[in-house]
Amino acid sequence: MSWNTFATVAETKAALDSKAVSAVELATHYLDRAEKLQPALNAYVTRDREKTLLAAKAADDKRTKTEKGNIAPLLGVPIAHKDIYLIDGWRTTCGSKMLENFIAPYTSTVVKYMADAGMVTLGKLNMDEFAMGSSNETSHFGPVKNPWDLTRVPGGSSGGSAASVAAGLTPASTGTDTGGSIRQPAMFCNLTGLKPTYGICSRWGIIAFASSLDQAGPFAQTAEDCAMLLNAMAGFDPNDSTSLDRAKENYSRDLEKPLTGLRIGLPKEFFGDGVAPGIAKAVDDALAVYRTLGATTVEVSLPNVKYSVPAYYVVAPAEASSNLSRFDGVRYGHRAAEYTDLLDMYKRSRAEGFGAEVKRRILIGTYVLSHGYYDAYYLQAGKLRRLIAEDFKRAYEKCDLVMGPTAPEGAFQFGAKSDDPVKMYLNDIFTICANLTGQPAMSHPCGVDKDTGQFVGMHVIGNYLDEARMLNAAHQFQLATDWHKRHPNI
Amino acid sequence: MSLSAQDIERIAHLARIRVTPDEVVQVQSKLEGIFKLIDEMQAVNTQGVEPMSHGLDMVLRLREDAVTASNERDKLQSNAPQAAEGYFLVPKVIE
Repeated sequence: MSWNTFATVAETKAALDSKAVSAVELATHYLDRAEKLQPALNAYVTRDREKTLLAAKAADDKRTKTEKGNIAPLLGVPIAHKDIYLIDGWRTTCGSKMLENFIAPYTSTVVKYMADAGMVTLGKLNMDEFAMGSSNETSHFGPVKNPWDLTRVPGGSSGGSAASVAAGLTPASTGTDTGGSIRQPAMFCNLTGLKPTYGICSRWGIIAFASSLDQAGPFAQTAEDCAMLLNAMAGFDPNDSTSLDRAKENYSRDLEKPLTGLRIGLPKEFFGDGVAPGIAKAVDDALAVYRTLGATTVEVSLPNVKYSVPAYYVVAPAEASSNLSRFDGVRYGHRAAEYTDLLDMYKRSRAEGFGAEVKRRILIGTYVLSHGYYDAYYLQAGKLRRLIAEDFKRAYEKCDLVMGPTAPEGAFQFGAKSDDPVKMYLNDIFTICANLTGQPAMSHPCGVDKDTGQFVGMHVIGNYLDEARMLNAAHQFQLATDWHKRHPNI
Repeated sequence: MSLSAQDIERIAHLARIRVTPDEVVQVQSKLEGIFKLIDEMQAVNTQGVEPMSHGLDMVLRLREDAVTASNERDKLQSNAPQAAEGYFLVPKVIE
């Protein structure tokens, strides 16, 4: 069998539906390729050939036994999951030594919904430890390499999710996005990645980082694929207390709509001095494409958005310090080999099990929540979230979508920022606001920074539950351009 | 704001993370930079602003107070570093 390893989800589905390929053939192809490229890319933490081939075989059997009209929409399409999603019986590490030997005892809702849609799990993808990082350098299992340039980072925290799709190790993957962890790696690896509205994808069975910010979302080559994947991922779940109880939505429904009359808001705060000139130029050129497609652009202002990063580095560590208190070396996870008493066991187990960045954030969170500091930090950050959300509300009186660059600079070299956490944090300066407000946001390929040769992502932010409109815009852009069709020579 | 070595030791104790004297110095310098960034938000007057924890201002649902979980004790305990006869084992805490 010869298979185009860069086939999209839509193409893969069509090939399966026409019986040009079987689920077992696809799974075998991608597993072989993943094995071959693992030493170079380090994209996976865990693969289990037997489990994957069993699921693929079951998908093929189902296809022969099911009437044509009742076949699950993505039956037999391969998917790889970020190693933050629990899957019953699979090792789930969250990129940490703490969970190096943890076998998940149940399956996360998103993975279950995708399996219900027929998808076959290829394995678990490498990531920054506990999703804390923007370069994949904090993983206990070593950094993921960017398939476009092995000396550069793939972005983070969902670095394995981005690298695997970009390198053709899978047609699609899942990620999670707490401050930009889907969108920034999507830009660095020239992919389309979507963080949906908070609450439409269940958080149940996803190892928690910052519960009021964490959202699951897809990585793929195209907006059309992201819509198909979101159709499978999204849905109410009674097990997640913040899951939105609403009817299923078809996110592909508006893909073919013309963009005539679409109003794109351009916040002047996203086009300032901090943006690399080559990125600003690529974004300007892409906006010109949107205008030729019938959209209009209008300047808007988000005066409080500059406080996103400071507010985030209160909220996210505060919630993380609380969520990660469950790792005590008693019920699961790493336990130190030697200790004097219970307290010493806790302290040594956590000191050994967590990496430096995770410990740093737990300490920040513990401090801002400690007695006497709550009002100055956590409460103030919560109020800023409101002010930022109100800025967006005002902007949407003048526009339908907000656009700008996904990150102020493109994929950087390993080590370039790893010694300076503040420098690393500022790479997420444009993405964090959508996590604080809970709005949907995505990144799609829109060009190359001519000065550095690195890819540029268009950051598309929408109003709550407006994913179909965002996907429509990105899809129309992709029909008119070919940035998303470029693949690394690997 | 600046954090003293004692502050770091106190936070680390609250967070139940062991830190060596060398680590205290390192953590102190990194956290200093991070709090400089965080403290930028103190410039904003937020008097009277309602803090936000959810974009759609939803209210948490309540469910029926009924047993929903099945007994999976052995499966759940299979990840424990030390367990025996259905119990998680920890160092002795009561003399």
